[in-house]
Amino acid sequence: MKIEVLYPELCNLYGDLANAKYLARSCGAELVNTALADQPRFLTEDVSMVYMGGTTERGQVIVRDAFAPYLEGLKERTEAGGLTLITGNAMEIFGEYIEDEDGSREAMLNLFPLYADRHFMNRYNSLYLGRLEAEDISIVGFKSQFGHSYGVNVEPLFQTVRGAGINPAEKAEGVRRNNLMATYLIGPLVLLNPPFAKYLLRLMGVEEPVLAFEEAAMDVYAHRLEQFSQPDRGFIY
Amino acid sequence: MGKLKFYLALWAAKLSKPALKITKHNGTNFPGELAVRICPDFLRYVAKPEHVIAVTGTNGKTTVSNLLCDILEMDGKKVLDNRYGSNIISGVATSLINGVSVFNRSRYHVAVLEIDERSSKRIYPFMKPDMLVLTNLFRDSIMRNAHPQYIADFLTDSIPPETKLVVNADDLIAASVAPDNPRVYFGIERMDTDVTECVNLINDIRICPKCNGDLKYEYLRYHHIGKAYCPRCGFRAPEYDYAGRDVDLEHMTMTIADKEGSATYRLLSDGVFNIYNMVTAAALLRELGMTHEQIAGYMDKAHVVETRYNVEHVGNVDLVMQMAKEKNALACSRAFDYVSQQPGRKELFLMMNCLGDEKHWSENVCWLYDCDFEFLAREGIDHLIATGPRARDYRLRLLLAGVPEERIDCEEDEFKATEKLRFDPGSQVYMFYGTDSLTLAYKVREKVKKLAEEAAK
Repeated sequence: MKIEVLYPELCNLYGDLANAKYLARSCGAELVNTALADQPRFLTEDVSMVYMGGTTERGQVIVRDAFAPYLEGLKERTEAGGLTLITGNAMEIFGEYIEDEDGSREAMLNLFPLYADRHFMNRYNSLYLGRLEAEDISIVGFKSQFGHSYGVNVEPLFQTVRGAGINPAEKAEGVRRNNLMATYLIGPLVLLNPPFAKYLLRLMGVEEPVLAFEEAAMDVYAHRLEQFSQPDRGFIY
Repeated sequence: MGKLKFYLALWAAKLSKPALKITKHNGTNFPGELAVRICPDFLRYVAKPEHVIAVTGTNGKTTVSNLLCDILEMDGKKVLDNRYGSNIISGVATSLINGVSVFNRSRYHVAVLEIDERSSKRIYPFMKPDMLVLTNLFRDSIMRNAHPQYIADFLTDSIPPETKLVVNADDLIAASVAPDNPRVYFGIERMDTDVTECVNLINDIRICPKCNGDLKYEYLRYHHIGKAYCPRCGFRAPEYDYAGRDVDLEHMTMTIADKEGSATYRLLSDGVFNIYNMVTAAALLRELGMTHEQIAGYMDKAHVVETRYNVEHVGNVDLVMQMAKEKNALACSRAFDYVSQQPGRKELFLMMNCLGDEKHWSENVCWLYDCDFEFLAREGIDHLIATGPRARDYRLRLLLAGVPEERIDCEEDEFKATEKLRFDPGSQVYMFYGTDSLTLAYKVREKVKKLAEEAAK
């Protein structure tokens, strides 16, 4: 098995890279890094999972340009059921465009019918509690972002219980298309949610997944889930 | 109207000081806060000393500011500073209020003001520094500072075009700030401990700012600090106007040189951060016209406040208080690296939780996965106690970092956790705490001292 991390030299904010490392460690998969100048491996090799983490605002534009030639390949992979996970503001790279508070717009890859509205003086920070409904899995996590996304007819990845969806007015969080998953959640999402990690490993073809340090990860998860479920727990920083 | 409002603000702020004293309110920034509330452009009108120096950057701004103040005072200057106030607009305004008469006459030769990077937009439009020292730009609080490029852009948008920068050439992110401003660069030439490949999880500039090619380093100190170049397009980090060189940790000396001369300086600390702080201060003082001999002489009498690191022998162990700012992956990585390389057997007590967040929300723990906990798997660290509200998160992170499970204890209650310390004779017990857990850490320390003494009986 192989997990491909796209552009880790840029898409590496907030501990995001720990997600791919943890999954690889849990199933013995080879972890391969693809640099900006290289062609993604998933186009020509059997890759169990493709991962892209969050980046800077300049990074979004550089990644857009680097990945544009391979967008059709990602579409084909997605149609065929290939697993891809995109976290943080990397999701915005696959939307239609990003608009800043001064009205300027940057066209993006237009894979999802979403646009992002970005406010540099108003960073949004919150805790997140949601559900992966089809699998009956609770999700805990963190958001820290300048932009929110807007759009219609998008299948969400998670249903929000507390916190914001793709924007504060939405309960729908992230985007799901077959096994292409994108979410605004940042950081070690997979580590913080061992049931979700096991779900991803099953999608990768691991029949009875056992996570690295599963007992410790489940202990962290149970504690955080209990804490985030407390009705008087503040959610927006 | 503007001037009238300003004088009302100044006098109200001045009057608030005795009122605060009488009512025993400890609001060190209140006068400035009040003044800015009455007159939003108060900083424009308040009289400033002849020279205004701003010191900003992620790390080292307090140490550099204190060094500059101490040396300028030794040189006979009357220096206005904000070392007892805050580094945001209310703290700066309070300092400037303290520095003027009721008729708005400045009583100081020079102001050395530490400025929080995020406060730039509220301060620099009204108070234009002659010189701005930029120590470095690193990843800091995810929620507040996002990432260092964001802060660099923020500074570029805020710094007045006429302000001269004294900036770290070994930090390409800092060096990119306000590119059209006049500037001088400082840096430290190759050190024995340098490498050429980054060993840290955080390296925030891995691609060439000109062509996006892979950056290489002639020498790399930590994270993105070093002498970078691009083999693809030929881009190179700026040359130093002021260079630290021949750093000799054994004899605790280094040379600081520029095109007009050099001198040998006594190191104030063996930490690389503090060596940078010395070079930074020397560069600024040279720009103010002092000679190397003067600066080296004054620096010899100066000291770096060690509140962030202090050692006490208790029972059979050395108890070390080690500041490692919570939610700051870089500060903790640097502390972990330093401690893990100290000789001797060690026990670590990790309590750098963000207690404020825990009270109202829950600490965002993403930073743990940016932080080099891997350094704590090094030989010599025999026992680690993860404690506080995020004890479980620390335990998981330590396991992933390769720390064997049998070396880790996990106990949420900080006081109870002290009972797990072993106090092996001759070992060092390091207590890692942050700004948020500082008060608690010193209370816990008292219990640790008691237990250490009992263990020695």
